[in-house]
Amino acid sequence: MTSKFRTKKVEVSYGDKKAIRDISLDIEKNIITALIGPSGCGKSTFLRCLNRMNDVIENCSIKGSIHLDEQDIYGPDIDPVELRARVGMVFQKANPFPKSIFDNIAYGPRIHGLASNDSELKDIVHNSLEKAGLMDEVKDRLNDQATGLSGGQQQRICIARAIAVSPEVILMDEPCSALDPIATAKIEELMNELSESYTIIIVTHSMQQAARVSKKTAFFHLGDLIEYNDTDKIFTQPENQKTQDYITGRFG
Amino acid sequence: MIRKSIQSRRARETRLKIYGISSICFALIMLATLLISIGLNGYSALQQAYFKLDISVNTEKFVDDSGAPDNNKMNLFNWDGLVQSALREFFPEVKERDEKKELFAIISANAGYDLKEFVKKKALGSGSHTFSVWLHLSDDADQYLKGRLSIDIPEEDRRINNKQIAWVNSLVERDIAKLKFNKTFFTSADSREPESAGILGSVIGSALTLFVTIMFALPLAVMAAIYLEYFAKPGKITDFIEVNVNNLAAVPSIVFGLLGLSVFLSTFGLPRSAPLVGGLVLGLMTLPTIIIASRASIRSIPPSIREAALGLGASKMQAALHHVLPLATPGILTGTIIGMAQALGETAPLLMIGMVAFIIDIPTTFTSSATAMPVQIYMWSDSAERAFYERSSLAILFLVAFLISMNLLAVVLRKKFEKKW
Repeated sequence: MTSKFRTKKVEVSYGDKKAIRDISLDIEKNIITALIGPSGCGKSTFLRCLNRMNDVIENCSIKGSIHLDEQDIYGPDIDPVELRARVGMVFQKANPFPKSIFDNIAYGPRIHGLASNDSELKDIVHNSLEKAGLMDEVKDRLNDQATGLSGGQQQRICIARAIAVSPEVILMDEPCSALDPIATAKIEELMNELSESYTIIIVTHSMQQAARVSKKTAFFHLGDLIEYNDTDKIFTQPENQKTQDYITGRFG
Repeated sequence: MIRKSIQSRRARETRLKIYGISSICFALIMLATLLISIGLNGYSALQQAYFKLDISVNTEKFVDDSGAPDNNKMNLFNWDGLVQSALREFFPEVKERDEKKELFAIISANAGYDLKEFVKKKALGSGSHTFSVWLHLSDDADQYLKGRLSIDIPEEDRRINNKQIAWVNSLVERDIAKLKFNKTFFTSADSREPESAGILGSVIGSALTLFVTIMFALPLAVMAAIYLEYFAKPGKITDFIEVNVNNLAAVPSIVFGLLGLSVFLSTFGLPRSAPLVGGLVLGLMTLPTIIIASRASIRSIPPSIREAALGLGASKMQAALHHVLPLATPGILTGTIIGMAQALGETAPLLMIGMVAFIIDIPTTFTSSATAMPVQIYMWSDSAERAFYERSSLAILFLVAFLISMNLLAVVLRKKFEKKW
């Protein structure tokens, strides 16, 4: 297995407060990696380091190194805009633009100039919706407002929107936390299909979800990486007592 | 116990409600009183006393060979004499010089000029012509006919004497003089004579000024707001800018006038009394208002939208221009129109840059001399003639109507740009 991300001694602090310390882990290519842990443990912070979304937050500073395919993403020759095209993101709350479904998906390809004409753009949009398993549901109303869809559909629009820029990695920050079980099941199924061609990193509060979808799991606690191993291992024979306590529901 | 406390709570709620309703009623009554009193003063300016003259004139004296009017010759022609002799036909008994002077005082001093303009417009060919024309009576006769001049006060204290009143009455009896719709008020600019004064000049002056204001202030303010919200690194400099923007919004408007005087007129040498300069000064004045409104509007857009765009690889500028700005537009527009309404009613800074001048031409360009509606009202209210008083009231009503329509426009635009979530 080859590594997609390689992080060494990553430390993030907001002002004086350290959010995560000393995180070193390798994320493998084309599998789903889950980041679990109690609230405030730093898993979302870590996720947002991987496409430099933390840059947007004021007084946030990052130490250590993160390599994507052997390239330092905090290096001087890396443009965060270009990085975010390679590392897409799906957020906790579905956040489609208040525009038509078509324009939502087409926005990424448009700003990156991925399509040279309208029919190419149409193909990209259709393919992305197809991959996100939404095509049958929305094919007759591509010009309707995306904000008029149901919560689960909106979240899948966001996934389709991320796919449309053909990223290598998709980061998902608790993508199902606001969805009902049926919509969640659909998204998990979609993640499984996508993991064949994309590296997916998901932050989740639901241990069942992590166990269901991911191949590897990292457990964070109070800003530290406690344990990182195959998901089967973590959930059956955790090495660390804290992991054991967390997955058995003793805290968190 | 609980029942007792509920009772007292209810009583308190009712009292608060009564306070609220009574304060709203008070405000509405004051507003209505204001508008009604201005309306009662101003409605009569919608009418103006006119008199009809039958004029016979030989145009050979002022047209060239082709029959087209010659401006020079027209200006030299004795139009006043023509009007006066036509008027004297109604009152053959008036012979003495002093008496004649009194008679001519009941018609507008501009009657000859108005006749000339009338003839020019009619483009009469060469030869003799007879036609009838409606000309203004003087403002005093006009006020007398509208019942606004009391005839109970002694004759020597009146602006119109008994003889003149008799002449005016006789004209009215003969159906030669009457009150007609005051078209002049809406089609001409300022004048020394109330009967020839209108608001069109100042309306156009205001429109030109506001155009410059919005063109100058809106882009600048929106850019500043985006920069301060999304790009400025927090620190002392940003704080300093922020405090100053907020302070600027509270600076008295006359200070902006002084600034305009020293910067635009003295340093840059821009023309005085010009809508261009007025617009720039008012633009500076409304800039902080629009910046504050735009920032509030931009801040109210959920950050998730911006994150979505950034997460797709949009640059900061693209995220701001493609997603945040369109959503913030209704709020920005509201702020802009409030700023514009403030600018429309502003007098003090315009006084400083010379837009208070007496200007009888309707402005046509951004650099021609002009005045603005509030300044026009201010100047009329300062005039001695009673007829200017009703005109300034009507102009105030006009200004208020202008403001209300601007606010309506704001509501309509808001509705149009507002997106449903």
